[in-house]
Amino acid sequence: MNHPVTPSNGGGANDAVTALVERARKLALGLDLQAVHDFKRNNPGALAIGHMPIYTPRPIIEACGALPVAVFGGGDDVDIIRGDSYFQSYICHIPRSTVELGLSGHLDVLDGMVFPSICDVIRNLGGMWAMLFKDKWACYLDLPQNFDRDIGGKFYAHELRRMADEMHALGGKKLDDESLWQAIADENRRRGAISELDALRRRAPHLAPASEAYLVVRAGSVLTAAGHAELIQDYVNLASARTDRPIDNVRVVLVGAFCEQPPWSLIVALEKAGCDIISDDFQHGFRTIEGDIRIPVFDGADGTQPGEGLDPIDAVADAFLELGAATASRYIDEETKGKALVDAVKAGNADGVIFAAASFCDPALLDQPMLEAACAAASIPFTSFKYSENTGQFQVIREQAGAFSDSVKLWGETAPVQKKKKRRTRRPRA
Amino acid sequence: MTATPSTKAATGAEIKVHKDRSQLRQKRMIGDHFDALSRAKEEGRKVVYTFVPGNLCELIGALDMLAVLPEINALQSGMRGRSGGYIGEAEKSGHSEDVCTYVKCDIGMKKSGNVGPTGVEIPPPDLLLLSYTGCFTFLKWFELLKQEYDCPIAMLHVPYQPDGKVTPAMREYVVNQLRDKVIPKMEEVAGKKLDLDVLSEWLGRSAEAEDDLVWVWESARHTPSPIDGYFGGVYYIGPIFTSFRGTEDAVNYYRELREEVQQRIDANQGPQTPDGRLDDQKFRLVVEGPPNWTSFNDFWRMFANEGAVVVSSTYTRVGGLYDQGFRHDPGDPLGTLADYCLGCYTNLGLPSRVDLLEKYIKDYNADGFFINSVKSCNSFSAGQLLMLRQLEERTGVPGGFVESDLVDPRYFSKSNIENRLQSYLQMLQAKKAGGFGAVA
Repeated sequence: MNHPVTPSNGGGANDAVTALVERARKLALGLDLQAVHDFKRNNPGALAIGHMPIYTPRPIIEACGALPVAVFGGGDDVDIIRGDSYFQSYICHIPRSTVELGLSGHLDVLDGMVFPSICDVIRNLGGMWAMLFKDKWACYLDLPQNFDRDIGGKFYAHELRRMADEMHALGGKKLDDESLWQAIADENRRRGAISELDALRRRAPHLAPASEAYLVVRAGSVLTAAGHAELIQDYVNLASARTDRPIDNVRVVLVGAFCEQPPWSLIVALEKAGCDIISDDFQHGFRTIEGDIRIPVFDGADGTQPGEGLDPIDAVADAFLELGAATASRYIDEETKGKALVDAVKAGNADGVIFAAASFCDPALLDQPMLEAACAAASIPFTSFKYSENTGQFQVIREQAGAFSDSVKLWGETAPVQKKKKRRTRRPRA
Repeated sequence: MTATPSTKAATGAEIKVHKDRSQLRQKRMIGDHFDALSRAKEEGRKVVYTFVPGNLCELIGALDMLAVLPEINALQSGMRGRSGGYIGEAEKSGHSEDVCTYVKCDIGMKKSGNVGPTGVEIPPPDLLLLSYTGCFTFLKWFELLKQEYDCPIAMLHVPYQPDGKVTPAMREYVVNQLRDKVIPKMEEVAGKKLDLDVLSEWLGRSAEAEDDLVWVWESARHTPSPIDGYFGGVYYIGPIFTSFRGTEDAVNYYRELREEVQQRIDANQGPQTPDGRLDDQKFRLVVEGPPNWTSFNDFWRMFANEGAVVVSSTYTRVGGLYDQGFRHDPGDPLGTLADYCLGCYTNLGLPSRVDLLEKYIKDYNADGFFINSVKSCNSFSAGQLLMLRQLEERTGVPGGFVESDLVDPRYFSKSNIENRLQSYLQMLQAKKAGGFGAVA
């Protein structure tokens, strides 16, 4: 359910951060899409374009004067009535709740939907959307699996131009270089703010727990990049000033939840079970580009303008090819499978990994044995469970996570004995 | 000439099964292929693992390499009753019960000695040729196999056709990959340069066989239909979807098949089924979705026993939509391979799939259409319930729907499926008789 945010431990100093996180919760989980309605009211004629999770080139959408809106399904707040009649029992949950939202009018504010190539289900959902909502724009976006600039990059740049042209035909602003460079700069600012947040989580997870960070990042689903960057930065500043003391939790990396999201309460349940999630792939789309999209430096010496000589569409395409994070939807060619996960564990000084995949999620579940093998080879403890976005019972998962946390602390190879002695008794959060 | 070997029916009774000459030829071809595979290492021939939809068999053949198709191994394991054990083996080693059983069957088979359908061990690959066409799982499948085998992998990403159109950018993307990535890697493994003239010869033979296959598909416009375009159809697509496209063997097979079908048309005969010829055809159906392989003959009998013949199907188009006009073009080797890969059935968006099914229902004068929705294949299955509604609305022809799986015997519930099919056919019968649901 869509519970209000519980204050982190730390007392009255947290009032400001609690208020901010509560605002983020409403933005992140509110099915009324109030922020989108507000955007359209404040920007008459502007489009709002929905997109399914994982990476979508949001700067292209923003540069067309539109608000990109990440659609994460209905979570645990929607009764699925019509949506279930379109999908067999062995299909994951997010398409059925997304169809439910569409048929019930929750997504009427959107002028179109983009379906990036996550998996066969989301791909086919794009076709369903085209048939079910004939008056709306449905755009399937093929992300390249060839990462050569002259091959995959060329194809992807063409896809991006096609997408921009179609949005223009829909009533969006015609894409121009200046707007796109600005949107790229905004996106880089957002990415920088997320990196700061992630660094804080690794450094002091008790100050910025995953359950809060989740809401702050997901709030960007209905915000412009600039607005989102500001929100994240405010949170990082406020959370950093907290005076809470560390809790004796294990540090875990959570992987597999990049598309259909677990209920927010499940993330809280994991924390209560003694796990500090110091890194995750929730809302992976906001973190897919691992660094700044390249913007040429303007020195003003020869009268050139920012970005002159480089096509900003190519810059967006290059970023996907060169800086795209490893995820189950992306083909891993030469690099060792699972290396990115092992690196994340090492970089975050994590004690273990939690594999949390949505039931029937092909990419995550087909990936998992390879990632588990990589963890085993690196002596990283792990545990796994499945969920769906409307999972209502957390007790079993909480007990499993608690047992994992205890076993890692007691017997984990990565937890030296002297370190264990210094740890304080775990104090569950309210 | 025909043969009548004996086999056991589902009841355990010994029955005579008629085999057409073309079937016997195909069996010989498969046997020879697996023999060649068993000798490959000692003869220095390279082995390429690849997939059915969008495969590059002409390229493999032109470089004198041998193809292995893990999907075919999996379905044959299903038909031989081995897949359940293989899947269990994979699940024991950490593969989820939720994912594609072809993948798990293949991995389980590898862990169990990689013995092929002829009882001979299949050699490990020298190259994994990942033609990523119409199915996301292919990508993960070969990432998994890469963990099992120490060999290079060549990736061909084939863009999807969301609105049924191949754009110049899509075609160029595939051609560029073929020219700059896939072929160089294949040449490296083969130890020889590709001769485009040789490739063109292979493509020319492909087109010749494709002509005959299309003729066979379209023979189902006759009443009674001389073929079963689904259960029988999976035998007809065997050579052209797998290792034989572009070979003289395939050309001969399809010529012979065409002659047999012509003889049946001349004699006003229906196709062979597991229990004999189906001349008395009460229902003409179009089928969407792959068959179940673990109970293939039982599934077929459910239709045949009710007098239902399948006049067209989409599963038999996953390896190419030849009946919609595509032919391999020897004059444009790389472009035609790109067109082929882009045009496979599961690479089409849902609206295009509905259009095609509607066309089949009308062109083949079908009484109904039936969807076998398989748990393992989201590429096929996600969206099929909407396809059902759309087709009923557009054609006025009623649709039937069952669920099963490709090769997991746990997901084939015989009585449930039989009950549903019988109820569906009774409804069709009533409609044909002008009763319930008949269109005025």
